[in-house]
Amino acid sequence: MQATEREILRQFVIENFLFGRENGLRDSDSFLENGIIDSTGVLELVGFLERRFGIAVADDELVQENLDSIENLTRFLAQKERHAA
Amino acid sequence: MRIDSFLERSAALFPEKVALVCGERRLTYRQLDDQANRLAHGLIAAGIRRWDRVAIYLDNSPEAVVSIFAALKARGIFLVINPTTKADKVAFILNNCRAKALITDQPRLNEAVPALPGAPHLETVWLSGAEQEPGGARRTLPLDACLNGPERPGRPAEENIGVDPAALIYTSGSTGRPKGVLMTHLNMWTAADSITTYLGNTADDVILSALPLSFDYGLYQVLMAFKAGARVVLQRSFRYPFAIVDQMLREAVTGLPLVPTMASILLQMDLSKYRFPALRYITNTAAALPTHHIERLRNVFPGAKIFSMYGLTECKRVAYLPPEQIGIRPKSVGKAIPNTEVYIVNEAGERVPPGVTGELVVRGSHIMKGYWEMPEETDRILKPGPFPGEKVLYTGDLFTMDEEGYLYFVGRKDDIIKTRGEKVSPKEVEDVLYSLDGVADAVVVGVPDEVLGEAIKAVVSLRPGAQLTAQDVLHHCAKRLEDFMVPKYVEFRESLPSTATGKISRRMVAKGETA
Repeated sequence: MQATEREILRQFVIENFLFGRENGLRDSDSFLENGIIDSTGVLELVGFLERRFGIAVADDELVQENLDSIENLTRFLAQKERHAA
Repeated sequence: MRIDSFLERSAALFPEKVALVCGERRLTYRQLDDQANRLAHGLIAAGIRRWDRVAIYLDNSPEAVVSIFAALKARGIFLVINPTTKADKVAFILNNCRAKALITDQPRLNEAVPALPGAPHLETVWLSGAEQEPGGARRTLPLDACLNGPERPGRPAEENIGVDPAALIYTSGSTGRPKGVLMTHLNMWTAADSITTYLGNTADDVILSALPLSFDYGLYQVLMAFKAGARVVLQRSFRYPFAIVDQMLREAVTGLPLVPTMASILLQMDLSKYRFPALRYITNTAAALPTHHIERLRNVFPGAKIFSMYGLTECKRVAYLPPEQIGIRPKSVGKAIPNTEVYIVNEAGERVPPGVTGELVVRGSHIMKGYWEMPEETDRILKPGPFPGEKVLYTGDLFTMDEEGYLYFVGRKDDIIKTRGEKVSPKEVEDVLYSLDGVADAVVVGVPDEVLGEAIKAVVSLRPGAQLTAQDVLHHCAKRLEDFMVPKYVEFRESLPSTATGKISRRMVAKGETA
């Protein structure tokens, strides 16, 4: 079975920002509140979204509502893909 | 010359003016001063006496700002702990200064709970947000209820004077132990007065700061704004850069303090479609801005003057480059700030002529009193000055001066790494690496990095049979160190080079080292 976008995002965050440990990460956990991703991490995350999902993230999309949890990311990605379709 | 008077004076002059914006919250000078007065009385009622230490362990927030002024009004000494600090270091700091009160919130308290038994002097914990009982036997008091009480009590009757200590600012030491820089009201007043003078701050300024209040650069944004009767817009981080741009536009921000990492992140966006007519100045410190960033900042913010500055926690600020010079001498950090004198000396302590490299020495009434209860470390950096009893600050930074008196940074005398604008002691990170089972030897060095200035690299050798991955090492570090101290790279080697005496040589590893 193919991994869902949510699973791919989750895996990326765990591999890259939690050093491979899940640490009870919930999909709704804010990266900011929980100190999961720092400012350069956000840029890495955006680079990953663009490469892996073939979307372009505009500057004015670099906000918490789009990027600050697995849930927000999944929603943002779905939105982007709807617009592209 | 009390720092708490910055808030009191502006509250008297501009009571209804919004002084602080943080997310959706907007607080006036009157509200902030009332809250600070209530908490000051609360602190005194809970046992805080003159010169007692009050630790503030919170994210950038109105509560953190109010707590600073409340501690001062109660004649205490405040210290702000970086909100990403982990339990062991929280314990070290609380214990080092024997803090009597801790002001925090539940997420951070959860982190700090293991530290509390190691801080026997701590009597009370003030908890913001949801009220739960912490895991220690400490008396817990509700912060929000105190701040928003029904009374308007005015400030406590007794006031400190200029020579009284006001703050402890913890900074990395080359020994690996953080040191508490003790600043008096006069020290901080002097620095704030000098900086607001050359920046030309007025009550019309709106300053946006995403720097943590535990970092002197972040702390002074609030102090200086309040001194000038201006407004400060606090951001909790620079993580979501468009949020910064958006708020600059919405709040008509006039002043933007940056470190090079922030400038680099801002400039990764295409800002050409925005106009920032209100932006009057940008400041940069901690490390020099790359020349191409200066150019691009000037294009994106054509109305803003760019101030390149240099300083260290031990006196806050030393030098700034007048903005009209930045095109002429982009690599210089300028000349001494108002009310400060600087000179460069050789190993023998003699002043050197222009063009010769030596250690920068600073004179002024902003120089710290010393490192908290670390007399030997203090004597290494504060040395006798030209007058009996005067101490001058030996910065540990190597500089040259040109014929016209402009200063150029050459390097550090020690191995301290500068990353994201913060100083990191390699020893502190190495100590954490050595505490990981399986690590035989570890050396931490800085490697050049476009965004971070220097990135932290850990070079590790393992004990025979040990199986550790880079992720294991990083995970171990992230659990124990502040965010900015966690290495970006890990490299494993069979063995590490050592000196003739068998000591692992950081310099030999660092030589020619890249990411």
